[in-house]
Amino acid sequence: MEHGSYIDLRCSTFSLMDEDHTLANAVRFTLNKDPRVEFCGYSIPHPSEKKVNIRVQTTGDPAKEVLKDSLHDLILMCRHVRSTFDKAVIDFKSSEEMITENFLCV
Amino acid sequence: MPRKSALDMPDVPLGHLPEHLELQRTRVLCKADAPSHTEGVEYSGAYAAMGFENTLQLDSFCRDFKVEIKRLTKDAIEFDLVGIDASLANAFRRILIAEVPTMAIEKVFIVNNTSVMADEVLSHRLGLLPVDADPRLFDYLSVKSDQLQWLPNGSELLMESPNPPAKPKAFTSFSTSQASLPHFSGIGMKHNDIIINKLGPGQCIELEAHAVKGVGKVHAKWSPVGTAWYRMLPEVILLKELKGKDAENLVNRCPVGVFDIEDCGIGVKKAVVSRPRDCTLCRECINAVGEENVALRRVRDHFIFTVESTSALPPEVLFSEAVKILEEKCERVISELS
Repeated sequence: MEHGSYIDLRCSTFSLMDEDHTLANAVRFTLNKDPRVEFCGYSIPHPSEKKVNIRVQTTGDPAKEVLKDSLHDLILMCRHVRSTFDKAVIDFKSSEEMITENFLCV
Repeated sequence: MPRKSALDMPDVPLGHLPEHLELQRTRVLCKADAPSHTEGVEYSGAYAAMGFENTLQLDSFCRDFKVEIKRLTKDAIEFDLVGIDASLANAFRRILIAEVPTMAIEKVFIVNNTSVMADEVLSHRLGLLPVDADPRLFDYLSVKSDQLQWLPNGSELLMESPNPPAKPKAFTSFSTSQASLPHFSGIGMKHNDIIINKLGPGQCIELEAHAVKGVGKVHAKWSPVGTAWYRMLPEVILLKELKGKDAENLVNRCPVGVFDIEDCGIGVKKAVVSRPRDCTLCRECINAVGEENVALRRVRDHFIFTVESTSALPPEVLFSEAVKILEEKCERVISELS
């Protein structure tokens, strides 16, 4: 699944099966935001094949570790989105209840 | 913004961007003929020469990210995601439509159908009906090797016989009745007023339908949302103060009522932007008063997200599930890499 030379670990292409733009585009975003990344991009070689290729070239660190860190960042962001969203929903529901209660009192 | 020579620009402190670059970074400009600066700047070193960090810092993301619920009903939610990139917002949208599991009728066993509707058309219509069953309680339909067992007494498949037994065996056999399990209570159809077929006198349908768990990318019937979409927050800026006739013209030309007239005393009336959220970016205001007076923009990191649920789960749960699925995808790839 990883295609890179064993001499130069800085450049690798990762081939992910059963993935599409959903994950690849999000990972490309976090990779591009990583200062260790010199170049990254993704492609879907054929639209009817469930496969994406993600190319990572770094300034020194192994491409695999950088990709793993980017995925980890993505997980942390998702966790934060989820907790913030759940909290907002709870707050909204309780404020709605307050409004209806006040309405009933009046 | 008028063109200006770089030599005439005011100095900016290191670590900050000049005004025009900051505008291009945070806004999509909607000009009279076409939008410009539509693509965001992702690369971390894009502004390195100005000492501006374009890297992803998790703590600042956590600090700045906001969710604001605008509307929440039984089957729809509208909320704002502020401080997130389009690639993540789009990932959530794509997952909601295609990868959050739902229950839908997949197999239909038709015993008798004398209606005008053909069996396959009827089955297709049944498949599209929303089923009121929580998909999290079910597994995907699959057969694993652990279901194969040693049969010491030989075949247990029943032989076809000309005289069937008094009580024929059912097609499915559960070890316990699903009705006896507390978390499975009240499974049925989500809506009770969908017309599936119309029967003439003497016509009848007898069938058994099996609902299974699936995802929207296999077939749209498993999509849990009617649709899920987002739009970026519109921003309407009056570049110059518009008074009197111009102000009235602007207010009257806007079809969705973004502008209002404010009375600032002594008979002077000026236009103000009061409902930028309603703006559809139709450019009618630019046609009315020109690009030098009004600017239309979109805020690049502010998404107005709408989710319409058609499944058993309420829309706010669907969104949480979608975020969870993106996390699982990442975890899967990490584990494959290690």
